[in-house]
Parts: sequence; C-alpha cells; structure tokens
Amino acid sequence: MIKSVKIKDRIEKSVLTYISVTAVFLVFFVMNMTGALSSKISGMLVPICVYVVMALSLNLTVGIMGELSLGHAGFMAVGAFTGTSVTMMLSDSVSNSAVRLIIGMVVGALFGALIGFLIGIPVLRLKGDYLAIVTLAFGEIIKSFFSNIYLGTENGSLRFSVLQNNLDLSEENGKIIIEGAMGIRSIPKTATFLIGYILVMICLAVIFNMIKSRTGRAIMACRDNRIAAESVGIPVFRYKITAFTISAAMAGAAGALFGNNYSSLVASKFNIDTSILILVFVVLGGQGNMLGSIIAAAALTVLPEALRSFADYRMLTYAIILILVMLATNNPQFRSFFEKLTGKLKKNGKEGGHES
Amino acid sequence: MKKVIALVMALAMVFSFAACGNESGSAETVKIGCTGPLTGPAAIYGQAVKNAAEIAVAEINAKGGVQFEFKMEDDSHDPEKAENAYNALKDWGMDVMMGTVTSAPAEVTAANAYADRYFYLTPSASSTNVTKGKDNVFQMCFTDPNQGSGAATYIAEHDLADNIAVIWKNDDSYSTGIRDTFVAKAAELGLNIVDEETFTDATATDFTVQIQKCQEAGADLVFLPMYYTPASLIFAQAETAGYNPTWFGVDGMDGILALEGFDTSLAEGVIVLTPYSADDTSEMNQNFVKAYQEKANDIPNQFAADAYDCIYAIYQAVEKAGVKAGMKNDEICTKMVEAFTTMSFDGLTGASMTWAADGTVSKSPNAVVIQEGTYVGL
Repeated sequence: MIKSVKIKDRIEKSVLTYISVTAVFLVFFVMNMTGALSSKISGMLVPICVYVVMALSLNLTVGIMGELSLGHAGFMAVGAFTGTSVTMMLSDSVSNSAVRLIIGMVVGALFGALIGFLIGIPVLRLKGDYLAIVTLAFGEIIKSFFSNIYLGTENGSLRFSVLQNNLDLSEENGKIIIEGAMGIRSIPKTATFLIGYILVMICLAVIFNMIKSRTGRAIMACRDNRIAAESVGIPVFRYKITAFTISAAMAGAAGALFGNNYSSLVASKFNIDTSILILVFVVLGGQGNMLGSIIAAAALTVLPEALRSFADYRMLTYAIILILVMLATNNPQFRSFFEKLTGKLKKNGKEGGHES
Repeated sequence: MKKVIALVMALAMVFSFAACGNESGSAETVKIGCTGPLTGPAAIYGQAVKNAAEIAVAEINAKGGVQFEFKMEDDSHDPEKAENAYNALKDWGMDVMMGTVTSAPAEVTAANAYADRYFYLTPSASSTNVTKGKDNVFQMCFTDPNQGSGAATYIAEHDLADNIAVIWKNDDSYSTGIRDTFVAKAAELGLNIVDEETFTDATATDFTVQIQKCQEAGADLVFLPMYYTPASLIFAQAETAGYNPTWFGVDGMDGILALEGFDTSLAEGVIVLTPYSADDTSEMNQNFVKAYQEKANDIPNQFAADAYDCIYAIYQAVEKAGVKAGMKNDEICTKMVEAFTTMSFDGLTGASMTWAADGTVSKSPNAVVIQEGTYVGL
C-alpha cells in the first residue's frame, strides 16, 4: 500500500494543499462578508474548520503513525471543556473576544497535549486492536468525567466538585461554569471563520513540517516496519508519543473552537459516534493524505445539511451516499480510470496517485 | 485522481445550495419554523410536536383569517445540528419560531433567535437557561426546577412516602436538572431520601442493581425524573424482582402507555406529574384527541398538547398584535412580545395562562395516576 515517497513530491503536495485551502477560504470569506452566503452555509463554516482540524489530527495518528485510535472525540472534549471554561472565566477581564478565544484554544491545546501524553504512555505500548480498544475506552471515560464535574468561580477563586454539585456559590459573585451533565451554558459565541482557517493552516504547517523532519521519517519508518526501525536504533516509543501528543493538542484546539461556537456545550456530544465520524473522514480522504482528509471532512459535514430537502429519508440517503462513495473510491476500475485521466492531464509517465 | 473529483463534487455541492439560500418568503402566509428530534432516541417527542402543530395549523388555516405555514427541521437532539436546522429555517424565510422541542438544542436556537430577533415560543424545552436573559423567548411548558420542587411538594403535602429513592440519568440535562431541584426541595421539606441511583445512556437497559439497592434501602416511593423508555424497563425489571413501591414520574413519563409492546398493567398506580391528560372530557381536548388519532393513529401526549397550544397561542398573539404576513421578523418579534406578555390564553394544558416577562408560563403541574391503562386526575 505505502509507496516510498520522494521528499520533493511531499513539498509539492503541501504547497498544493496550502494553496487550495487558502483559495477556498478566500472565496467563502468574501462571500460571507458580502452576505452572499445563505445562513445555513455561513453557520457551517466554523464547524467545517473544526472537523477539518479533527480529521487532520486523527490522520496524523492513523495515517502517518499507523495506529488506530477510536477515542479522538475524547481529546476534542478535553479541549472543548478546558478551552471554553477559560474563555468563560476571562469574559470579564479580557474584553477582546478574539484574544479570549485564542487564549482558550491555546489552553485547550495544552490540556489536549497533556492528556494525550498521559494516555499515550500506556496506550502506545500496545499494538493494533488493543490500542483501538483502549482509546475507545478512554473516549468514554473522558465523556463520563465531563458529565460529572462541577466547576465554578467565586471572587477569583476556582471551585470544583465531582459527582455532586457542592460548590455553594453565592448569588452575587459566584458563577457556575461546568454544570455536570448540563455542561457549559450561555457561552458567548466568539468563534470566527478566520480563526478557524488560521487553525487549519497552523495544523497543516505542523503536520507537513513534521513529515519532512527527522521525527516524521522515524515515525513512518516505525509504521512501515517496526522491527527494522528498532533494529537501526530508532526509539520507536519516543517518536510515537511525540506524534500522539501533537495530534491530541490539535484535537484540543479544535475542541476549544467548537465549544466557543455554540451557546451550550454538553459532554454527550463527544461520544463514540463523533470519534467514528472523524475516522470516516480520514478513511474516506485516504490515510496519510491531508488534502483528502480536508475534502472529506468538509464534504461530509455539509452533506447531511444539503440533504435536508429529502426530509424523512435524509439519514438514509446520507448513509447510501457514504457507502457508494466508499465503494467507488475502492473500486480498481474506478481508480484506474481516474489514474488514466490524470495521467493524460499530466502528459507524463510518472506514477499517478502517490498517496498511501 | 479521486481527490480532484471529490474536490469538484464538494465545491459543486456547496455552491449549489449556497445559491439557493436567501429566498424571500411568500407574502401570504406567516411562516412558523420549528426544530426538534425527528430521528434518534428522542424522535418520539419531535414527531408528537410535528403532528400536533400540523393539526393546529390546518385548523387555523381552515378558519380563513391569517394563514400559517409550518415547517419542522430535524435536529436529532443535538445542539450542533439544531444550529444548522435553525439556519435552514432562516433561509426558508421563517417569521416566528415555535421553538425547539428538547432543552439542550433549545439553548442554542434560543440564543440565536434572541440575537436575530425572532419571536420564540418553545412547547417543551423546560430548562431555565432557554429563557434566561432573553426578552423574546417564552415557554409553554413549566420549567425543570418547577417540576422537581413541584414533585417534592406534592409528595410532602399528600404524605405519600416515608422513604424515598431517586433513580436518575446523570448524563442527561433534563434528568439532572429535575433531580437537583427535587433533592434540594425534599431536604427543605424534611422528606427522607434513602437512596440515589444513577444510570447513563450506555447503561439504560439493565436496572437490576439500582432496583435491588432501592429495595434494600427500604424505599416505598421511587422518584423517576426521566423519559419513559428507561422507565418502562424499570417497571418490568422491578416486577421481576418482586419490588412494588409507588412510582412517581414527571412529564417525560408521559407517553408510556402508548409505548409499543409495553404491558400497561406494569404502570398501574404510577403517579405522573403532567399538565395534560388525554382523557380530559372538554370539547376542545376531545376534538384534538380525535384529530390526532386520525393523523398519527396514536394517543397524543403532553408534548403534542403543548405544541398544539403553542400554535394557538401564537395565533392569538398574531391576531392581537395585528401581525401580517410579509412583515420583517424583528417587527413581528417586538409586536408579539408586547402581545404575549399582556394576554391570557386558554389551551389544552391549562386555562388562563399568562406569561411573565422572563418567559415562564403561569401553570402548575398536576398529578395524574395511571389506573387500568389510562391517566386519571388526582
């Protein structure tokens, strides 16, 4: 499956990705500014950025590192709850909403990285199915944790309790932030498309630079042949945990952006369905293929909304389209047809697809 | 390459429906939009609201005065999808919003409706956060705290129990909200809560442990602030365990008798706190039940009744405020808010209801008991 990749190709590919993402962003940004977009589309711009970052982040784990993670929504939850809590706490002291959001996203990314690192220590010693199962369990633990914590502030001090609301906040000065299963409420909507785009670009830059670096080559060597990699002295675990932590940090930042885009945030959103959905983006876009992940995440976020006119048959149609696309992209005839097509376009004898 | 095609397809799709947005509404009808779960685990509530609202709209249109048009978008009980559904309604040219059916998504749509100035009346989103700080958001149902403290007060006043147990769903905001206020009020009234058991979405199929613990704690009344699907399992499993306390439910329990495959004898003696009972003999209710049965082949529950009332309350406010089709939504909003806070409304779920400026309705929960497969007022 995985062909050796020339560094030159990667550079070309990263430039292509930057350019296409920026071009699409500019088109939609201008259309959004001038009011040419319907409310439905302009409301989906931020979630699309969030899911694109989630897909990129999971692609780093699944595609580049070659480990199946089924708990990615857990990292998103960590970022969403910590990042949004911070923006809520800063709502009085920091007046600029963009600054507040960026602080929230940085905090979300840091907490995501911290949890990713801690989880990674035991998890990355496992392989294959075991790793998938443990990450799945981790995702559920995170969801349960955030459904059961209570967090509040009073006169600048933090109050925290688990399972029961024992915060005893005063009426005037107290402010509850996380309210157990009811999550965070009355969140001011500060997420913007521009910040979403910047986050996507930062993640792309991190991933592409990492792939090109020593770390990236070591990680991919471990993926392709762990024994061979270990035999030449690559510290497999150290490189894996680096990649896993970076992946979790990106998911955390995406979570913080997501949390600040809706006025209520509940932990039940980050269940196994969300983890699987992100995995679907990665599988559909092609493992290790960043531009593919971006397109798949954007298309599959928009698709259920585009199908609203089907009313009762909406989710059925969505599932059928998904199955057809998966079948079509894996069909050898279909693939060779497009390879021929692109071969003709390029008018040279070079290999067609170089994605994994 | 497949990516090129995928990119082209994605862009084509995006642009094709970017282009179809912003269509201006037809000038003859007042467009009422609604979002609710039409798919997923809470779908039964969304369907009830949809059916009842469509009945009410058809009745009002038949009168020949102001003409309504009703559209419901699916939100799958997910705040994120609710925002998309709300935006789809905006693109459709909504004039008035008949709220969101469930609480967590409603918090999102209400915040948006407040910012965009759409008049908003929710049939069944009972969280206080839906209306808090929003002058144009109103509720047809009573609030969660009202239900929790209402239930505790009712139990204390009628001296129903010595030892109370609570089973609640701790990953659900509706259940948690009611449980919190119930426990607080119970402590205030000196009720003795001997046991509290929890469950989550993932464990909502097996209640043997919770039932056993309630039984061991000697509870003679079990308070169930939850929707009826888990409650039906609790009744069946308690029956097997030979445990027979008084069961006390809230409005989410409503609809249990209509549940397919449920042995209604299990619910015998269950007390439910609800503003509506389908056996009410008033002419208005009888007509509604008949129309609902014709449309959905089902007995309407409280969600349906609330939705029916919502449409009529909007109708009454539209008539009172002199709202005409084709007005701007913010203009309609201002007029409707003024009319709504000054009018009194008689509906299926209560008589002479009035709304305070904070959006809550003056309505007190009534207890009904299930006897021989029907709800009987207490």
